[in-house]
Amino acid sequence: MNEEIKSFTISIYTENNIGLLNRISAIFQRRHINIESLTTSQSEIEGVNRFVIVVNITEAQAQKIIGQFQKQIEVIRAYYHTEEETIFQESGMFKIKSDLLFNEPQIQNIIKESNARIVTVNKEFFVLEKSGRRNEIESLRRDLNIFGIMQFVRSGRISVTKEEMKITEMLSAFNNQ
Amino acid sequence: MDTETANKTQEVLSKTERITGSEAIIKCLIAEDVDILYGYPGGAIMPVYDELYKFRNEIHHVLTRHEQGAAHAAQGFARISGRVGVAMATSGPGATNLITGIADAQIDSTPLVCITGQVPSHLLGTDAFQETDIIGISTPVTKWNHQVTKASEIPEVLAKAFYIAKSGRPGPVLIDITKDAQFGELDFKYEKCTGVRSYIPTPKTNLESVKAAAELINAAKKPMIVWGQGVILGEAEAELKAVIEKAGIPAAWTIMGASAIPTSHPLNIGMVGMHGNYAPNKLTNECDVLIAIGMRFDDRVTGSLNTYAKQAKVIHFEIDPAEVNKNVHADVAVLGNSKDSLTELLPLLNENSHEAWHQEFKDLYAIEFEKVIKDDLHPTKEGLTMGEVLKEINVQSEGNAAIVSDVGQHQMIACRYSEFNKTKSNITSGGLGTMGFALPAAIGAKMAAPEREVVAIIGDGGYQMNIQELGTIFQQKVPVKIVVLNNEFLGMVRQWQQLFFDKRYASTEMTNPDFVTIAKGYHIDGKRVTKREELADAIKEMIASKESYFLEVCVEKEDNVFPMIPSGASVSDIRLS
Ligand SMILES: Cc1ncc(C[n+]2csc(CCOP(=O)(O)OP(=O)(O)O)c2C)c(N)n1
Repeated sequence: MNEEIKSFTISIYTENNIGLLNRISAIFQRRHINIESLTTSQSEIEGVNRFVIVVNITEAQAQKIIGQFQKQIEVIRAYYHTEEETIFQESGMFKIKSDLLFNEPQIQNIIKESNARIVTVNKEFFVLEKSGRRNEIESLRRDLNIFGIMQFVRSGRISVTKEEMKITEMLSAFNNQ
Repeated sequence: MDTETANKTQEVLSKTERITGSEAIIKCLIAEDVDILYGYPGGAIMPVYDELYKFRNEIHHVLTRHEQGAAHAAQGFARISGRVGVAMATSGPGATNLITGIADAQIDSTPLVCITGQVPSHLLGTDAFQETDIIGISTPVTKWNHQVTKASEIPEVLAKAFYIAKSGRPGPVLIDITKDAQFGELDFKYEKCTGVRSYIPTPKTNLESVKAAAELINAAKKPMIVWGQGVILGEAEAELKAVIEKAGIPAAWTIMGASAIPTSHPLNIGMVGMHGNYAPNKLTNECDVLIAIGMRFDDRVTGSLNTYAKQAKVIHFEIDPAEVNKNVHADVAVLGNSKDSLTELLPLLNENSHEAWHQEFKDLYAIEFEKVIKDDLHPTKEGLTMGEVLKEINVQSEGNAAIVSDVGQHQMIACRYSEFNKTKSNITSGGLGTMGFALPAAIGAKMAAPEREVVAIIGDGGYQMNIQELGTIFQQKVPVKIVVLNNEFLGMVRQWQQLFFDKRYASTEMTNPDFVTIAKGYHIDGKRVTKREELADAIKEMIASKESYFLEVCVEKEDNVFPMIPSGASVSDIRLS
């Protein structure tokens, strides 16, 4: 098996229960695996949550922790995917002084070229939102840094897989067991 | 279940009535056939204790002297009976005292339901008196846990708790119940849980994998089986025996698998692992097919993984998919319950005897006998050995005793030399290695199986970790037999210090009290044996006793347990001295 350390996206479909985050993070903690990013939200199925977790590990490690996730009572199914197997994005928000928008014509160009979106503008500040790959958001940050950023925040990765994950079918199989 | 209990259960199940949460808890327990539980009261669980008083004819509550004792007693109960053990404690310190037993049950796959009281829900998260985040604390050591804050949740959650604890690969479940939920009211109706969405307790056995396993086994010249507790938990003892006998395969066991096949069975080749037998350890690295059944390749069993059974094709029969390929790569993995998969395997196997191969085990046994066993069981030096004590217990109990051992040298000796005629006879703390386990676990075991002789084998160190449970033994009149093998050392640690730390005996020497007087203080009859001539009679007297009995045997202070695989070494590097 390939022992090279790679970026894997782990998707865990779960029941929507308090305490599950604890169980899941404990599995990483015990194995000394650092979480690069973690997002949790509702999934496409009512009442089913999905964790999207990015970690840098070997494939052998990925297989083993998937087994540990699946062992948890309230985990419906866990998967791991390489970058090539997923379509993924992050989102960044930038808070910037409003006068820059009017005094620095360059900023207008940056916004246009980067496909960033203005979320709101008021007298003191305006807020930009940019979704995309990490390097795109980072490149925008570098460009804006020159003018000064009041606040910056970046989300964890969200991702969908190219291949189908048959959760709905699995759930109906569970129900008919 | 007798008819009376069945009727009662039925009655509880069918009616809907308005009752309090705490009454509901008791009724759930009754519906799950719980007739005994171990625990310790306190503020946050008092409403439930009050109900227990009302239901004292239905459920017998055993007041242990420490919550750790309650958890271990529930484990002993579960291990000998295959039923779910139940322990109960108050919030905060009561709950945290359960944790060692829960962790032990988790790693040894023992079904437990632990119920803890919790501060009222409006105080949660406020650092209230005796508030502890027991859900957070117990998460890594439970199969499942849940906090109940409303009375109406109680029946469903408890039903789920029992189902999860018992099904598939068993394990401990903790249910934390706030005090307001205990006081609150609900319309009670109990339905047993028969499934949980998202949880597959037993994976389906794939017939192709059984066929592939059979082909490998039929073609093998030197097959060897290593079985673990999965055989006992799956109640697959008869199936395993049939497989071994039909295909003529020498079979060894892990400490947790001990007693599934009688010790005297000609194809039973002994224990694997750090202090296991010479032949099965050595020949693990010579077999051509290694068949692992219901065991998880613990590092105490495998030694260094880099040199473990590299020459062999590995077949792994396993209920928990996460164990497959976790430590050792399986060429064929057969998922499922061991009883089912071995049943499917049996007709596909060819009859065989592998006599030359079996002879190799016998030859190595002869070497181990000469170098180790002879001196352990038939010593010529003056001091008593732990081995001869075990041998005498075998004789007096005719191999029918359930042996509950603590942790240390005496544990390894007990597992190596006990004669087991019946399954579920070896109750010990395997994965966690918890000193203090045996005395309370013996209480639970004896209460679950009063017809069996239960003998606890304990070191002078571990005995003092839960010695207070003598009080429980006395109060409950549990006729367990307690044997303390006193070497005035934390023997196992001292052995390591001798072998690997230049004999620097840092904090392993113990000055002990008069154990017999302590036992007598708890009104338990007892004796102290210091000479070989006294041993047989004392053990005879102990086994003959109808009541609990304490026996202290002063053994050689600096004896070591061999064979031994130094930690991290290869199973082939097993040492005989
Ligand atoms: C709770 C706990 N603490 C520490 C240990 C480490 N330990 C393992 S064996 C052992 C010595 C046990 O001594 P004793 O009970 O006298 O038994 P002996 O080895 O002498 O038979 C110790 C301290 C342990 N297993 N459990």
